[in-house]
Amino acid sequence: MRAPGVVGVFGFLDDAVAALAELKRRGYTQLTVYSPVPRHELDAVLAKKESPVRLFTLIGGLTGVSFGFFYAIATSLDWPLIVGGKPIVSIPPFIVIGFETTILIGALVTVAGMLLNARLPRLGRAPGYDPRFSNDKIGIVAFGGPAQLDAAREVMRTAGAEEVRDV
Amino acid sequence: MATLAAPVTDLPEPTYAEVNRDIVATLMPPSRKWLLGMGLVVLGVAFGGFCWAYQLKDGLGITGYTPPIFWGSYITTFVFWVGIAHSGTLISAILLLFRSAWRTAVYRAAEAMTVFAVMTAGLFPILHLGRAWFFYWVVPYPNFRGVWSNFRSPLVWDVFAISTYFTVSATFLFMGLIPDVAAVRDAARGWRRKVYGLVSLGWKNSDREWQHFSRMYLYLAALATPLVLSVHSVVSWDFAMSIVPGWHATIFAPYFVAGAIYSGCGMVITILVPLRKWLKLERYIQPKHFDSLAKLCLLTGSIVGYSYAVEFFIAWSGGNPYESAHFYNRVFGPYWWATAIMLTCNGLLPQVLWFKKVRGSLTTLWVVSLFVNLGMWFERFVIIVTGLSHEYEPWQWAYYVPRWPELGIVLGSFCWFAMWFLLFIRFFPVVAIAEVKEALPPPMRGGRR
Repeated sequence: MRAPGVVGVFGFLDDAVAALAELKRRGYTQLTVYSPVPRHELDAVLAKKESPVRLFTLIGGLTGVSFGFFYAIATSLDWPLIVGGKPIVSIPPFIVIGFETTILIGALVTVAGMLLNARLPRLGRAPGYDPRFSNDKIGIVAFGGPAQLDAAREVMRTAGAEEVRDV
Repeated sequence: MATLAAPVTDLPEPTYAEVNRDIVATLMPPSRKWLLGMGLVVLGVAFGGFCWAYQLKDGLGITGYTPPIFWGSYITTFVFWVGIAHSGTLISAILLLFRSAWRTAVYRAAEAMTVFAVMTAGLFPILHLGRAWFFYWVVPYPNFRGVWSNFRSPLVWDVFAISTYFTVSATFLFMGLIPDVAAVRDAARGWRRKVYGLVSLGWKNSDREWQHFSRMYLYLAALATPLVLSVHSVVSWDFAMSIVPGWHATIFAPYFVAGAIYSGCGMVITILVPLRKWLKLERYIQPKHFDSLAKLCLLTGSIVGYSYAVEFFIAWSGGNPYESAHFYNRVFGPYWWATAIMLTCNGLLPQVLWFKKVRGSLTTLWVVSLFVNLGMWFERFVIIVTGLSHEYEPWQWAYYVPRWPELGIVLGSFCWFAMWFLLFIRFFPVVAIAEVKEALPPPMRGGRR
C-alpha cells in the first residue's frame, strides 16, 4: 500500500524554508512542519491565521471578573452582616476578588484553549514524527496523491533534505 | 566553593544538539551528593513535622507568643516565602514580555523556585492557626452554618491571591515544561520514555502545536504580570489595612513588591551558583546572567532602601507623635538588633552591587545573596513584631522571641522547599531546552553552523 505522505529531514533552517516555500508554491495544502523551536521564518511561509487562543483568554477573563464580583456580592447579600460600618455590597474590596478570579479563570481557560486547538493530549502517533525533531532537525511532511508525493520528494531533495522517506 | 572564585568567562554558544545532550544529562541517575542532600532535607522536614505535631498536641502556648504579639515567626516566614516566589514570575513572565533574552537560561529554575516557595508559604497561615484542622473555614463554600467569608477582609483576599498565584505559576511552569519533557522523552528509553511521553501530553513539535503554544505562553505571561504585582500588594494589605502603628501605611504595596523581587533575585543567585557547578551547566548559566540578576537586585534593593528612608522621613516630618515614636522604637527600642540587620542587609549591602568586580565574582555574589535572604527575613520580622510589640497602650508592650519549636518549623520549611527543588532537578530539565535553543542562532547552510 502506498504511504499517504513523505517526510523530509532537514539539518538547516534555510533549506527547510526553501522546501516549504516551494511546496506551498506548488499548491500543497496538507503540510506539517516539525521543528525543535518555533521559527518566524517557517511561520511566514505557512502564513497561518491568527491563533484563536486569545479569544479563550478574553472569554476566560470576562467570565472570571463576572464570577468574582457575583460571588462576593451574592454571598454578602446572603449573609448581610455589617462590618466596620461599611455597606453590605462594598465594591472597592471586591475588586481584589474580581481581579484574582479574572486572572485565575483567564489563565485556565487560555490553557484549555491551547490544548483544544493544538489537539493535546495526543495519545496516538504523529505521522512522520522523528525524535530528531525535538533535537536539531526540522521535518516537513507533505500529504497527497502518488504524483504529488513524487514531486514533493523531488522538491525536498533539491532543497537539501538529509533524508526523505515515506510515512 | 573555592573554585568558584576563579575568574569565569562566557563560553562559546552551544549547538542545538549540544543543548539537548547537556541538559538531558542533568537527569542521569541520582548521584551520591543528591542522595546525601535529599537525606538531609528529609531529616529537616521530619524535624519540622515533629515540631508541628508538638504544637498541635500542646497548642500555640509552646510558641513565644506573648500578648499582644500573636503574629511572629510564622507570619514572618509566610511573607518571606511569598516574597521569594516573586522573582520567578518576574523573570519568567515580565522579562518575557520585555523580550529579555538573558532570562532563557535562568527562568526555569526561578519558576520552579516560585512554585515551591508558594507551596512553602501556603503552609504557614495553617501552621499559625490554633485549630489548624479548620483552615478550610476561610474558603468561601456553601456550608450548613449559612456563613460566608467576609470579603472585606484582607485575609480572605490573601486566600484568593495566594491560591491564584500558586495555580497560575504552577500552570505556567508545567506548560513551559511540555516541549522540554518531549525532548527528554525522545532521548529516553523503556518505561521512562512512556512516563515522559505521558507528561509531555504527546507533544510533537508540530507547527500547529507551536502556533497555539506560543500564543498561550504569551497570554499566560500577560496575565501573570499583573498577578505578581498584585499578590505581594495583597499580602502587604494584611498589614496596611489595619491600624497598627508602623503597618498602616500606603507605601506598603510597592515597598513589599520591590522587597519581594529583591529577596527573590537573592534566592535565585543562592540556588543557581552551586547548581550550575553541580550540574555542569556553566555553558548555559553564565556570568552575564548573574550580572543581570545582580543588577535586578541592585535596582530593587535600592527601591527597598529608599522606602526605608521615606518611612523614617515621613515619621520624622509627618507630625504624628505615635508614628514617630514607633519608628524611634524600631531603631532604638528592644528590637534594635533586628532593625540593624534589616538596614544593613537591605539598605546598605545592595549598594556594593554597583561594582562590576562584585557582580563578576560568583563567590562574592553568593555570599551577598545569603545576606539578602537574611535581611529580607528580618525585614518582615521587624515590620510584624516591632509593630505589635509597641502598639497602642504602654501597658500592653511586650517582647517576643521565637521558641525552638517555631525555629524548628522555620528550618523545616527551608528543607521542605529544598526537598521539592531537589526532586525537580532530578526529574525535569532545570534549564529550558527549547527556549535556550530559541535564543541561539538557528543552523543555516553556509551560516555559522
